[in-house]
Amino acid sequence: MGRNERRPEESAPPEIYYNETEARKYTDNSRIIKIQTALTERALELLALPDDGTPKLLLDLGCGSGLSGETLTDNNHIWVGTDISPSMLEVANERDVEGDLCLNDLGQGVPFRMGSFDGAISISAVQWLCNADTKAHDPRKRLRRFFETLYSCLSKGARAVLQIYPKDTNQASMITNAAMRVGFSGGLVVDFPHSTKAKKYFLVLMVGGSAAVPTGKTGDESMYDEEGAEEMQTSVRVNDRKTRKGKKGGKLKGKAWILNKKDQQRYKGLADVRPDSKYTGRKRKDRL
Amino acid sequence: ECHIKGVTNKYPFKVEAEQVENCECDFNPDFLRRMYAKLDWKAFKDTAECLKLDGLPESVSEDMLKSDEGFLRTFHHILLEVEVEEGALICPETGRRFPIHKGIPNLLLNEDEC
Repeated sequence: MGRNERRPEESAPPEIYYNETEARKYTDNSRIIKIQTALTERALELLALPDDGTPKLLLDLGCGSGLSGETLTDNNHIWVGTDISPSMLEVANERDVEGDLCLNDLGQGVPFRMGSFDGAISISAVQWLCNADTKAHDPRKRLRRFFETLYSCLSKGARAVLQIYPKDTNQASMITNAAMRVGFSGGLVVDFPHSTKAKKYFLVLMVGGSAAVPTGKTGDESMYDEEGAEEMQTSVRVNDRKTRKGKKGGKLKGKAWILNKKDQQRYKGLADVRPDSKYTGRKRKDRL
Repeated sequence: ECHIKGVTNKYPFKVEAEQVENCECDFNPDFLRRMYAKLDWKAFKDTAECLKLDGLPESVSEDMLKSDEGFLRTFHHILLEVEVEEGALICPETGRRFPIHKGIPNLLLNEDEC
């Protein structure tokens, strides 16, 4: 069931797709609640907040009806959530979530003061930015506006963990590169990379610092028991991001870094920058 | 802060409140101390006064943050427990109003603003 279901992103823009009926259906669905909660817990884990018992101020991007926010509250944090769908926010209000909500389009920017947040998460939202819903929408411009404003409203040493459902590798790269361009470090973490159903993508972004990108999960997939999942992944090969321990004992320069560098070179007008292909940044055999 | 393209003087929003509610929130002095470090105190105090909330001091000393329970309680209340239900946020430079309805500010921009 649901093997070839359309992705919601292909139906309509989020504020229309998540109308009143959809918003309630989504929020009442126990399977969705279970998945969203698991995704939020995992995002919190990847956020690597200092474990000192003090609540942190977090940003929930695309908070929807507050499912992820409630997990933040359960973990004793204070949060601000933004979403583009008034119906979803209405449901969040009804459920009396602890966080402060605002109606906002991420592609227009994240309107908060510099250095405000200790961390940011996003569950199943950022891929919506890749769609051009109107002629005036330029997804790349919107992604850039989103990431540059996100970068600025995070405090030094803070992280953003964005769980996404990319349509394909192109989309995953598009999102990752846009983030790297504004100065974030980090990379894409893939949990359960060999499972069609349980595979999850988390873009882990860091402001300053050079911590290693975390390893993706493998093993017990039961938290994502998705009978008839809403978002079925096509089997797409994405570089498994292992910890950045290069053979030379230094930082490994991954595919995202290479793509970013090439883009910079193109932007600077350097001739002869090779077009990006599936071979770009491909792992070479050891002996080369 | 205001995210309209080209606006330089974007912080803070002025607040107009037609309806304000109070809600309860757990008192956590450590959180308040972290938040204090991030705030523009003058802006925070001015905003509170927009909402007719007096009781915040002009400036805050280390000692007050550490042990003045009265101050901390007031700070806590204004920061976390006062909510504007109906009203607006106003951009300090352009005067553009962002309405607040049921506690949710509408920060969507028009095509020409982004």
